[in-house]
Amino acid sequence: MMLNRLSTFLYQRPKLVLGLLLLPPLIWFVVVYLGSLSTMLLNSFFYLDGFTGQVVHQFTLQTYLKLLDPTNLQIFSRTTLMAALVTIACIFIAFPLSYYSARFASRRMKTFLYLAVTLPLWSSYVVRVYSWKLILAQEGIISWFARLAHLDGALNWYLNLPLLGGPSLSVSSTGIFLVFVYIWLPYMILPIQTALERVPKSLVEASSDLGANPSQTFLNVILPLAFPGVVAGSIFTFSLTLGDFIVPSLFGNSSFFIGKAVLTYMGTSGNIPLAAAFTMGPIVIMIAYLLLARRLGAFDAL
Amino acid sequence: MSGSAIIFKNVSRHFGELKAVDDVMLEIVDGEFFSMLGPSGSGKTTCLRMIAGFDRPTAGQIFLFGEDVSNLPPYDRPVNTVFQDYALFPHMTVDQNIGYGLMIKKVSKEERVKRVDEMLDLVRLPGFGHRKPSQLSGGQRQRVALARALINHPRVLLLDEPLGALDLKLRQQMQVELKNIQQQVGITFVFVTHDQEEALTMSDRIAVFSEGRVEQVGSPAEVYEHPSTPFVAGFVGTSNLVEGEMAKRITGSESKFSIRPEKIHLSAADQKIGTDMFSVDGKVRDVVYLGLYTRYLVELAGGGDLVVVEQNLNTTSMEVMKARGQKVRLLWKKEHVRYVGGHDA
Repeated sequence: MMLNRLSTFLYQRPKLVLGLLLLPPLIWFVVVYLGSLSTMLLNSFFYLDGFTGQVVHQFTLQTYLKLLDPTNLQIFSRTTLMAALVTIACIFIAFPLSYYSARFASRRMKTFLYLAVTLPLWSSYVVRVYSWKLILAQEGIISWFARLAHLDGALNWYLNLPLLGGPSLSVSSTGIFLVFVYIWLPYMILPIQTALERVPKSLVEASSDLGANPSQTFLNVILPLAFPGVVAGSIFTFSLTLGDFIVPSLFGNSSFFIGKAVLTYMGTSGNIPLAAAFTMGPIVIMIAYLLLARRLGAFDAL
Repeated sequence: MSGSAIIFKNVSRHFGELKAVDDVMLEIVDGEFFSMLGPSGSGKTTCLRMIAGFDRPTAGQIFLFGEDVSNLPPYDRPVNTVFQDYALFPHMTVDQNIGYGLMIKKVSKEERVKRVDEMLDLVRLPGFGHRKPSQLSGGQRQRVALARALINHPRVLLLDEPLGALDLKLRQQMQVELKNIQQQVGITFVFVTHDQEEALTMSDRIAVFSEGRVEQVGSPAEVYEHPSTPFVAGFVGTSNLVEGEMAKRITGSESKFSIRPEKIHLSAADQKIGTDMFSVDGKVRDVVYLGLYTRYLVELAGGGDLVVVEQNLNTTSMEVMKARGQKVRLLWKKEHVRYVGGHDA
């Protein structure tokens, strides 16, 4: 009886229902998300007194000026380049697989592929990253295999290359790249596959009916319609790479990435303002990236 | 009318155990409006898809203008299709959709613009070129799909239930328009539909499909007036099928026959019978007033029932309703009876 009256009461006030529905997520968003973001933004306008080691709570832009140091600019460009390369590699690996899965695979095969793609996400990220250490290490699987195949010369030649190489694959930018591509790949496959599955078969048939051969159909119909999925996936791979600090710490040499720099400034040197300012970097890069994606028409379908 | 546009020679399409199309022989004449009529799952759409090249026959051959195209891909066939869901490219404007075939053929930009505009005029959508398909109504999308196919000057246009998604008024209007356009461009139209009225309205000839086979091919009048199988009699228009004991009592022979509801006269129970007539007595069980005409369900004295349709020429709804429960005599001319031997559908 009471419940009945309550539901009638709510039925007559749809706006109240909507409000009640949205209240919990709104509280979460405003307090946790926006709260922490604005605290960070605020902190980035303070500075660290180099002499006392104390944060001075006074508005200044000098922390941001520090970002323009050549070393810091290099960290930004290195991280952005890595994120871009990882994203491109993920697209090239993910697209054919998603295409097969969305257009040709049988139901069972599709389920199997879906599981195969998402299964690694069930296990701990750190465990998976460490297992790559074993694969890439000097005495690891790859160098063992290279020796078996008498390719150790080629491997050594590669490791001697500047920028790409290092003492071993597990301490090189190539290693970082490989591990990044591995751990973020599912985040690229799933949105592309979803986008491809939403392209009706009749559109592909219509294109070939109008005289387009398979590659023309791919370029003119399938690719443009799958593009939003590619952009969605790249937002994941790009931003996750920009912010990650574990992979560069485990596989990198001394050259910093944004995430590692933030960790160091925050943890080791207690320079919270600089760490905060550093974090604004990826946010600005992501905003620029999203604006570019919008210009390319990625969100037209939304 | 000249030679044949399309020939099906013993064409079958089996999906595993399912015989979607089973040993079909067909000839479609160049320049005609040809309909494939049948219920869903009767194989008509599969036949259309095999002409377009989206499906390949598992046995038999398909000839387009004398050339065996059974194994040619869709993009090498001189046919174009209007799809059931229109299949307009959502990321392109109306102009780009219509010009797609020309763009693929690398026709110059000026030529393309000119021909797209001509097409927009033909389908009466001038000025709509810059819209996206999502900004069009169902009827407008339909016309864009038609223009996109016709601009390529196909030798055969295939239409897969293109009017199915439209409301009744628009559908009737498009039926007339399609027929006009077909006469204007003078090419062969192959039209798939499950709507017998649509097929009767537009077609030069109709093929009636059932369970993967062609039951009958003929002009609308032939198919309607001389159904060659019980299935055709039942599917094209409504028909009363009478067989066995009752058939013997009416005609003196046990062979199965069909009689159209509109050919039967509802008369007083003591009506005299001419020698050129068949008759049977019964009682009106149900009356449905449908405005233009009234449908009566008459229970026959010897069991079974017949549907009778009479135009409301002089009667009002009040009057026709009074017929319920009355004893009547049903009369029809012997020449309107069709003996439809063979299997039951």
